[in-house]
Parts: sequence; structure tokens; C-alpha cells
Amino acid sequence: MSQKTGSTYNQDAKKAIDSPTLQKNLHNLYERFGKGAMQVWEELEDQGMRDRVKESRMRTLAHLDIVLAELAENVRKRGGKVYFAQSGQDAIDYTIDVARKNKVRKVVKGKSMISMEIEIDQALAADGIEVIETDLGEYIIQLADDRPSHIIAPCIHMDRNDIGQLFTEKLGIEPTTDPEKLTMVARKELRQELLTADMGITGCNLACAETGQISIVSNEGNIRMVTTMPRVHVALMGMERVTATMDEHRETIQLLTMGAALQKLSTYVSFTGGPRGKDDPDGPEEFHLVIIDNGRSKILEDSDFRESLACIRCGACLNICPVYGKIGGHAYNSTYPGPIGAVITPLLDGINKHADLCKGETLCGACLDVCPVRNDLPRMLSALRYKLAYGDNHWNVRQHNVAESYVYAAWQRAISHSSAYRRMIKTVRLLQKPFIGKNRMIQRMTGLAAGWTDSRDLPPIAKRTFAEIWDEKYAKPQQQTQEIREEKTDD
Amino acid sequence: MAGEKVSLFIQCLVDSMFPETAEAMVAIFQRLDIPFDYPTQQTCCGQPAFNSGYRRDAAVAAKRFIEIFENEDIIVCPSGSCVHMVRHHYPELFSDDPEMLARAQAVGKKTFEFTQYLVDELHLADIGAEFNGSVTYHDSCHLTRGLNINSQPRTLLRHINGLEFIEMKNSDTCCGFGGTFAMGYPDISTAMVDDKIENILATGADVVTGCDISCLMNIQGRLKRRGEKVEVIHIAELLANTSGGQS
Repeated sequence: MSQKTGSTYNQDAKKAIDSPTLQKNLHNLYERFGKGAMQVWEELEDQGMRDRVKESRMRTLAHLDIVLAELAENVRKRGGKVYFAQSGQDAIDYTIDVARKNKVRKVVKGKSMISMEIEIDQALAADGIEVIETDLGEYIIQLADDRPSHIIAPCIHMDRNDIGQLFTEKLGIEPTTDPEKLTMVARKELRQELLTADMGITGCNLACAETGQISIVSNEGNIRMVTTMPRVHVALMGMERVTATMDEHRETIQLLTMGAALQKLSTYVSFTGGPRGKDDPDGPEEFHLVIIDNGRSKILEDSDFRESLACIRCGACLNICPVYGKIGGHAYNSTYPGPIGAVITPLLDGINKHADLCKGETLCGACLDVCPVRNDLPRMLSALRYKLAYGDNHWNVRQHNVAESYVYAAWQRAISHSSAYRRMIKTVRLLQKPFIGKNRMIQRMTGLAAGWTDSRDLPPIAKRTFAEIWDEKYAKPQQQTQEIREEKTDD
Repeated sequence: MAGEKVSLFIQCLVDSMFPETAEAMVAIFQRLDIPFDYPTQQTCCGQPAFNSGYRRDAAVAAKRFIEIFENEDIIVCPSGSCVHMVRHHYPELFSDDPEMLARAQAVGKKTFEFTQYLVDELHLADIGAEFNGSVTYHDSCHLTRGLNINSQPRTLLRHINGLEFIEMKNSDTCCGFGGTFAMGYPDISTAMVDDKIENILATGADVVTGCDISCLMNIQGRLKRRGEKVEVIHIAELLANTSGGQS
């Protein structure tokens, strides 16, 4: 399955499964936050809240152009600048232009997924600008020259021993594994960076059109400093991350923090609406909001996938997903891992390229149940597989696996005629004989079937199928009705 | 509902690999004096093709299923995922064809998973079964999340004479089967079923049961390969047992 695309999904998954630290952390994540979120939804006093927010998310998406225009107008009124970026490159070009005009030499960043999606860090570095992540997890990832493996908890694949060793290596501290000490070390380092940075770059958890402001939630507080201490603040925003009204905004933010960390509200919720003003002395001299499309319009116009834009990026689907719970984030090879990543990564970056993300789940439905806005990710994964099965011009998908398509075409012919189907089963029953082991199970097969028998036994075709047993034991007394039916439907 | 004739919708895996599960259903209907029939033209509901994305092929299977079953009173199946296919995915397959959509929805309405039929439609709890041993139960994904069937099998199990029911941790976490997923992504699938097995073993139960043979086949296949002693038995077989003995 993976050879066709050169995808490393299976290999990376194997690596993750073999890492005891990762397995332990993922297990804890599932137990605490995955199941915890399910419990939060169960105990939620206002049981209509999730449906209400979903409805408002979908309504906003249906009128996104109008809502974004209102947002832009209200931000501009307060002296902020708004730029609509068609592509990631447009957003990068704009930001670098702002940086150059302001003679920026150092950028501090708040945690931002979209900054990773468009790969702005690399572009800034290439322009000679130093970039420092200030989210503790992202800071650790940056020091380790690693990739995040969770959208909320980026270094979930590391433990305090790894981090202690990293800090000793990179920051020259005395060896320690004490989380509190390590956090203080990071805090001291980061404070210095924040005080000397010229520009802050953040994402945007959610914007509100009515008030013309963006909100950022965090539990560390560094993001708030990123937005206020440097001279310039650039906020990068996925174009779907907006609500029309403050009421909707409030409920959506609450669902976000409940889904992400089981919190009714995070420690910090920062509202940012523009540069400092006469009666508002705090904040940056310049505030830029960059609203980024980068493939979202195409998702928006497709009724099968529009729902994926209702996502509020809480990460609960990662925490509950039994596949993510085994393979962690790196195997997805995307900014966005887990079930939501498996849907939007192919849509944003190529369905064929990410075929393993479309196919590499069990469609167990846990992500649908845990999603604060009940996004039907299994339905969308299934829709993506449909495109891979036969190809799709609109999404520029070519047929993923021609051999597999022949198998299903043959299967379809076989199941369309019960007599042929029964003959096929009989044939398999004959062919399987040499494969049946001592315990009456099949233990070794080749090709794709080896995927089963390499780790599991397979029961053989029964000596007599139920259809055969029925004919011999039960059919007689019911023959009359049977005959009538056969006349009607025989093929 | 009682008194209507039950049409047996026997999952292809049960038909070909686990006929004893279907026979157990037959034994129960006989014991309960419920008339039943088995439309012999049936083959597969199309779920494997649908889940792999081959919807056009799945639609052929779906249309055929509808033609075979649409004149039946009640359709009962010993598999949650197949019932989920008929109820939830058939309408998706025919969303552009109002006539077929209506027929699909009509068939879906009278298609029931076996334990759901016994408990919700026939209002049964104790059907005179006996089993001397401890049993834990795996909630299969499409059954519990797709069809919201989780109390029905437990009700039936708790009413089996002599049976000690032990809940396992995370009983509703996926076992890692996922159809062709199990073969295409074997390492992930195996790691998932190993987690499931740890939770099964932790109960100390003699038997693990469930309402979906595909999950049970996955769990059984891995248990056997690991040399574990836990037995895997479909719930219909436990319910058919009136002698109390272990198979």
C-alpha cells in the first residue's frame, strides 16, 4: 500500500510502536485526555452547546466571505492591518516584507500550527532573521531540531529524561530531570528572548468578526508576551478560524479548551485587536492580521469536506484515536496528525501523496464522538477513499491502486451470483488445505494476506458453510417460501 | 413485533468461516418459537468494498441485498458492522437516486442486530441460556458508536444462568481489525489488538465475547498466535447454550 506513494507511514508507525517512552506517553494521553474529554461531554450541563457551536461554525462557513470582510473592517478600524493571503507563500512574502520594513532581526513565536503549515520559520531564517519558539513544548522541539508530534502537546514523544539531557547539551545546564527546574531554565532563556525580540508571530485560535479581535488560548502565558512585548505583532490565521458574533466566540473557545485540556477555560485567553492606542498603552506598535487561504477555499466549496473546516483544533480526536495512540504524530508526516490530520492533510497537500493517511485508520468512530463539534471524520475518510478507488478529476486524484480495483471488480462479480459465490468458497476450501496448521488455523500466507498471518492465525473456510448446512438441515420445511423468492430474485 | 417471520441475514464471514454462530441463532429462534427463514441468494452486504472506497462495487452489492430482503418482515444479523452498513451506508450509496434511497431506508428500518432484536424488539432478557464460566465483552466499533448498542448484549449476558460477567477496561476501544486495514497496516493493527488482549487478560475471564465476528476473528487470531488460553465465542453461541458446558 505504501510503496506506491513512497510514503513512510508504515515504517514510521513501526518505529513509534517500538518506542517505550512514546507508547507510555500516548497511553497516558488516551487515558487522561481522550477519555477525559468524553467524560466532559457526558457531564456537560448544557447538552445543546456542541450542536449549537457546530451549527454556528457551519453557518459562518456558509457566509465566510461576509464574516471575514466584517472582521477585516473592524480590525482596520482599530488601526490594525489585514492582509488576505491566497497561498502560504503570499503570507510569507507579506510577513517578510513587514519584517524588513521594521528592520526585524529576531522573531519570537507563539505556538502556531499554520506557521508550520506554510513553513514560515524556514523562510524567515533564510532571510537572516532569528526565530525563537516560546511555547515550552515547541521550544524543546526547536532545541532538539525535531518535529512536533501533537498539535497541543508537541513533545509528547519525549520524557523529562530526554528533555533534561537536551537542556544540558544545548543550554549547558547541570544535568537534571526535575520538571520544575527544567521549566525555570526555559523560562529564564525565553524571557531574555522575549525582551530582545523585534517581532512576535502568533497563530489565531479564533477571531471574532463582530468585535474585530483575535483570541489566543494558552496555559503558559508566553503567547501573551509575544503579542505585546515586541514592536510588531503578526498574527497568522487560517481563514476558517472566525466566528460572526461574540456569543458564538465565547462558546467556541470554551469547547476548544474543554476538548483540548478538559478546562472550562484555559489559564490565559488573550484578546488582541490592534496596536497600542492613545487610551490603550499596551501592545505592539503595529498589528498585522494575515488571513490565509492556502487550499481552504477548495475544501469550503466541496460539500463532502466543508465540515472539516468547522474544526477548532482542540486535538481531542488525536487523544482518543486508537491509531494515533499507537503511532503518535510523526508517522502522519504532516503538520496535522491524528484523525483531523488524516482528513485535511490530503485535502491541503494532495490526496494521492497522502493516501496512507486516508486508508490507515479503522473508521472506529471514536473521533466523531469526541469531537466538540461532532465533525464526522470517518465519513470524510471514507469519501477520500472513494476518490482514491476510482480517481477524481476535481481533486486531481488518480486511481491509487489499480490491482486492488481489479480485486474489488472481481469480488463484485462473485457476490452478484450466489451460485458462483458458493463455488468460489468451495474452491478456496480446497486450496486452503495445505495451509491449515495443527491447531486447525491458517498460520502462513503470502502477499497482502501475510499482513494478517504474520502476527495472527486465521480460521479456515468451514467444512460446511452455513448456506450448505441450511440446505441440508433446515431448508425443507421452508422450501415453499424459498422457491417463491428464488423466482423473484434469481440472477 | 413478535410473531413476524425473521429473515436471517448471515454475514459472509459467519457463513463461510463461523457457521456455528448462524446455527446458534437458528437454535435460539427455534427455542423461542420464532419463525425464521434464510434467503439463500444472499452473499455479502458490500461492506468490505465500501470501507475501502469502492462505492460503485459496494452499490451493486447493496442493490442486490435490497432486492433480496425488501419484502421480508424483519431482517436480523449477527454482526453490528453489517447492520450499520445497511442502515447507514446504503442510504449514502443511493443519495442521488430517490427511488433506491427510499428502498434502502425502508430495508434499513427493519434490519436489526441480533441482540438488539432480542432485547429492544422482543423485550427479552433471559432466554434460558446457561454457561458455567466467566465472560468479558468487547464492544465493537460500529455496534456501540454507530448503532448505539451496548446495553442490549450486556443485558442478555447478565441473564445467562451461571455466567460471571466481568467488564474489561476500555471495552469500546477498537480492536484494530478495520477490514483490509488489518492487512495493509499490520504493525498498527497488531499493536492495537495487543492492547485489547492485555485488557481481556486483565479480567481473568475464561471467554471473550462480542456481537461482531470480524473483531472476534481478529482477537482470536492474535490470542491463538500468542498461545493464550482465553476462548473467543460469539454472543449468539453463548445464548444458544442451554447445557452450561464450554463448547
